[in-house]
Amino acid sequence: MVTMTSAPFEYEKPESVAEASRLLSKYGGNGKLLAGGHSLVPLMKLRLASPDALIDLSGINDLKGIKSTANGLSIGSMTTYHELESSSDVQSGAPLLADAASQVADTQVRNFGTIGGAVSHSDPASDLPPVVLALDATMVTGSQRSGREIPADRFFKDFLTTALRPNEVLVRIDIPKLPANTGTAYVKMANKASHYALVGVAAVITLGAGGVCERARVALTGAGPHAVRARRAERILEGKVLAGNVIRNASKRVGAELDGMFNEDVHASAEYREAMTQVYAERAITAAVANAG
Amino acid sequence: MTTAKLGEAVRRIEDDRLITGRGKYVDDVKLAGMLHLALVRSPHAHATIKNIDVSAAAAVPGVETVFTGADLQEQMGSLPAGWVLEDMVAPDHPPIAFEKVRVVGDAVAAVVADSAAAAADAAQLVDVTYDVLPAVVDAEKATQSGAPQLHEDAKNNVAFNWDVHGGDYSEAAKSAEVVVKQRIINQRLIPNPMETRGVVADYDIGSDHLTVYSSTQIPHLMRLLFSLVTGHPEHKLRVIAPDVGGGFGCKLYLYAEEIIAGIIAKNLGRPIKWTEGRQENYVATTHGRDHIADVEICGNKDGTITGLKAHIYANLGAYLSTFAPGIPTVLFGLMLSGQYKIPNISCDVTGVFTNTTPVDAYRGAGRPEATYLVERMVDRFAQEIGRDPVVVRRKNFLAPFKNGKEVATGVNYDSGNYRGVLNKALEIFDVKEFRDQQRAARREGKLLGVGFSTYIEICGMAPSAVAAALGAGAGLWESSTVRVHPTGKVTVLTGTSPHGQGHETSFAQIVSSTLGVPMEDVDVLHGDTDRQQFGTGTFGSRSLAVGGQALMMSLRKVMDKATKIAAHELDADPKMVQFADGVFRLEDIPEKELPFGDVALAAHSAVNLPPRMEPGLEETSFFDPENFTWPFGAHICVVEIDEATGETKVAKYVAVDDIGNVINPMIVDGMVHGGIAQGIGQALQEGAVYDDDGQLLTGSMLDYAVPTAEDVPSFITDRTVTPTKVNELGAKGAGEAGTIASSPAVINAVVDALKHLGVNHIDMPLRSESVWRTIQDAKEAQRAKRSAARKGS
Amino acid sequence: MPTTINVTVNGTTRTDTVDERLLLVQYLREVHSLTGTHIGCDTSSCGACTVHLDGKSVKSCTVFAVQADGSEVTTVEGLASNGTVHPVQAAFKEKHGLQCGFCTPGMIMTSVELLERNPDPSEEEIRSGIRGNLCRCTGYHNIVQAVKFAAMESK
Repeated sequence: MVTMTSAPFEYEKPESVAEASRLLSKYGGNGKLLAGGHSLVPLMKLRLASPDALIDLSGINDLKGIKSTANGLSIGSMTTYHELESSSDVQSGAPLLADAASQVADTQVRNFGTIGGAVSHSDPASDLPPVVLALDATMVTGSQRSGREIPADRFFKDFLTTALRPNEVLVRIDIPKLPANTGTAYVKMANKASHYALVGVAAVITLGAGGVCERARVALTGAGPHAVRARRAERILEGKVLAGNVIRNASKRVGAELDGMFNEDVHASAEYREAMTQVYAERAITAAVANAG
Repeated sequence: MTTAKLGEAVRRIEDDRLITGRGKYVDDVKLAGMLHLALVRSPHAHATIKNIDVSAAAAVPGVETVFTGADLQEQMGSLPAGWVLEDMVAPDHPPIAFEKVRVVGDAVAAVVADSAAAAADAAQLVDVTYDVLPAVVDAEKATQSGAPQLHEDAKNNVAFNWDVHGGDYSEAAKSAEVVVKQRIINQRLIPNPMETRGVVADYDIGSDHLTVYSSTQIPHLMRLLFSLVTGHPEHKLRVIAPDVGGGFGCKLYLYAEEIIAGIIAKNLGRPIKWTEGRQENYVATTHGRDHIADVEICGNKDGTITGLKAHIYANLGAYLSTFAPGIPTVLFGLMLSGQYKIPNISCDVTGVFTNTTPVDAYRGAGRPEATYLVERMVDRFAQEIGRDPVVVRRKNFLAPFKNGKEVATGVNYDSGNYRGVLNKALEIFDVKEFRDQQRAARREGKLLGVGFSTYIEICGMAPSAVAAALGAGAGLWESSTVRVHPTGKVTVLTGTSPHGQGHETSFAQIVSSTLGVPMEDVDVLHGDTDRQQFGTGTFGSRSLAVGGQALMMSLRKVMDKATKIAAHELDADPKMVQFADGVFRLEDIPEKELPFGDVALAAHSAVNLPPRMEPGLEETSFFDPENFTWPFGAHICVVEIDEATGETKVAKYVAVDDIGNVINPMIVDGMVHGGIAQGIGQALQEGAVYDDDGQLLTGSMLDYAVPTAEDVPSFITDRTVTPTKVNELGAKGAGEAGTIASSPAVINAVVDALKHLGVNHIDMPLRSESVWRTIQDAKEAQRAKRSAARKGS
Repeated sequence: MPTTINVTVNGTTRTDTVDERLLLVQYLREVHSLTGTHIGCDTSSCGACTVHLDGKSVKSCTVFAVQADGSEVTTVEGLASNGTVHPVQAAFKEKHGLQCGFCTPGMIMTSVELLERNPDPSEEEIRSGIRGNLCRCTGYHNIVQAVKFAAMESK
């Protein structure tokens, strides 16, 4: 029984995005980008992943740092969860992101796990994908030649699959400035063993005059093959005064995008995940409304 | 330079090395020329081995050799069951399977290489062809006709049937006003000591000496069993248990890997190291519990319990582990009277083989299963007759006793005061105030519940003749040597073998307080069969109650001899010599004094000893207790349940235990805390789950939820003291109490929180989904009832 | 292809040539015989292998040694200064925050960082802060007490 020892691999440490992209091309699908490594390394130790090469992104300055601009936040893909939760820019500009980052795994993982690694891995139970969805983030990529801007809601494609091309590197995540009177919340039911989300819901609610919901973003993780926007629920919320029954009705539609295909495993049945999605959606939306104050 | 007293919270001697990273665990052992062992394990739960091709593995650079079971079978023998019940089937258990595998994780080949990485690489390349057979994982299903058969000689997969009967349960049930039946599942647990197992084996060809370092609780028993199984002579076998990172029962056996590493070391003449991975640990190290119990309790509406009956399917896994047959039988069935006077008890246990990891002792070992069943059924009975569970407990408690009390299962409790311990718990926890809070919370949609667990346990393993009559294959006495050096420093050798219990401190405390020597002048050595006389190890909360008494006996002998030497030196009658604060004095001439150290020197210089006295100051004792000890206690647990999600949290926990006299209260409290956390773990979140093909679905720490600091609260602990007369320390044992008591306290609290919905039982573990489902079902049932009532009216 | 790395381990700079797949924990234990850092699992769950990498706690089983090139690593063996144990180490002994000792080095390393970031944590913050470190012996009660005590002593 093999544990602790990965298969042998080449170690590369490029200093630019272009070089990282070139290395991805060179290893032709058998090279893996290494960010914080907290999803990848455990898989390698169990030989569930055995890449020919690891391309360590920690030497690329372009991937680092949090910048606050007039339009919002620009977050380097190598930014760790700890940097997100402790950054005053993130706390004020995107409190949802700071709060969700603080709920990820544990201190040690948050010290080294990165936002770029998390969203690029697209783990179905990861905490940050629903947050970037709910924040209408833009994923900015780079490669040898040029870069792309991918809206978050076109980024998560499937189980462990994103819109990133084989030679593409996620450079940064741009988060637009939240409108005034916007409240946010991320709540999750954590798996007691892994601390991943059995279900987790992120909500961003903007209130207008008379308490009418001008804009709603709700996204869900843990329930399906990848994080999803709950557009049907958003439509129920928008344009209405968010009384308890409106929130409840909307919450019942969170997860409708999964067409009944909720995840099922040893920790929770599909039926329970569906029920908890609704409970947690209601809690997330209610909290976001309260925060919108 | 301080001497310690009994009952004092002396800080631990062990800690200085452990907090600085200077402990030495098996994986820290590095020997010159050492090779690394990796085991190829079966991915199938049940299969015949058609072929094993090792050629690709053997070709990996760094690989020394690859062995299959057939290569080593003759040298390794079969792993033994050390506890033998009447008419028990004990099938062969080859350390490396060679014809058939019966559980995921059965070793099928052993790769030896010059690095752990090379061994791991090569293990991937061993090509085993299996013919997969149907598997069975459920103990009840395994006994049914048509179930896959694991062993030819175990018909219907039954290893044994065991029973105990006291009084006449059927008569009691016939005349009882109330009979309550309940199926109760005690789920399978994975022990999870933080250190996995590991072995380093080192063979010296010249002397034929084999040294085995192992993360074990039982170095001497392991040496004995290893010797019996392999034929390697016991006197040329040395087993060393260095620092051991927790055990909780799962390091209490002779394991396949110890034999495999030892035999390969002999074959190759090179040291061999094997370190268990965590996921490997989940399949290759024993599990605990796993009972399906059908239980009945009977009694009268006034709250009197008149009888208890249980049938158990005990899942033993694929093979019999060393102590496995004793756990669900003797350590379970004999405990079914709890703290109560239950005149009629009937218990039948069917031990069953399944295609799962072997099940053996896990913290509490049989007693948590018994306590859970008794405490759950007492609550169930109280609920059925509409009475307060505390009132029902009080009504049925045995009255306080000091000199033994026999119960219907035939065992004789040493001493007990069950009302006293519950009263103390109720002084700490105000039930009336809680009931007010509970009602108020319910109005706000929050569910609170309180649960009680008044438990008894059996510790101080064990009077050897009794244990042998019950099936134990070895004596369970304990030993000590007290060696006083010429300078007055003291070395203690104990046959117990701690793995976190702090013997180096508590045993030194006993020595320090008895001989008046400073703590730092006492060294307690354990865990090395070449250093210590034979001993039985550490398990069953026995170390102090049995090993501590063996130490007391040696100390008394040392003091007798030292007193004689002192009297001789002081030219007085030994009867006139007094000893206090480390100094011998004459009663009538107090200025004539002799420090203990001077006596030690006199004993060794041997210039002026009493006539015919042997020089030296060293004594050895062996203690075999006349009875077990029977600690008891009362635990109270408060839970909070999120009605919408089923998420359940322990909000408050009060534990009052009576473990007799206490040597070091700090250490005792620590063990109680840890035990409670493990019991809460079982109640709320732990559980090994197999699919029907025998694959372990909770196969790693990502899926098996060992409690974190966030999953448990701080605990309130207290004690009453009812000393035992079984040993002169009056100590009963503290290692398992917390685990035994806490699971039923938690579940009883949850049922209490949900009883207004008509809930009367819920099986562990209380993953939020099962609580949620219970609430949904109960509400559905209430709705149906209401609508039926409406139709009826 | 083995790679040469420079790592400052407990204040001393080391140059070693290592296999790329060598984990940081293996590097510390096997190359430098710093066996105080333990391996308790293979899924980055238990935290027994926690060390400080450039001042931050990390599960050293989840980092390859090559990733530590140019970094500073502190292990439990490096916490004491001038022969005096760190206040957190002392607190674990004083409050009986350990039994078998296997989780202890990792637990101490995490607690040291916890108090650096939050010198006066509540019980809830302590419990949340150490949730990446599993202990099977203490039920965490006395670990929490130890961290509180260390915080108080450091005031």
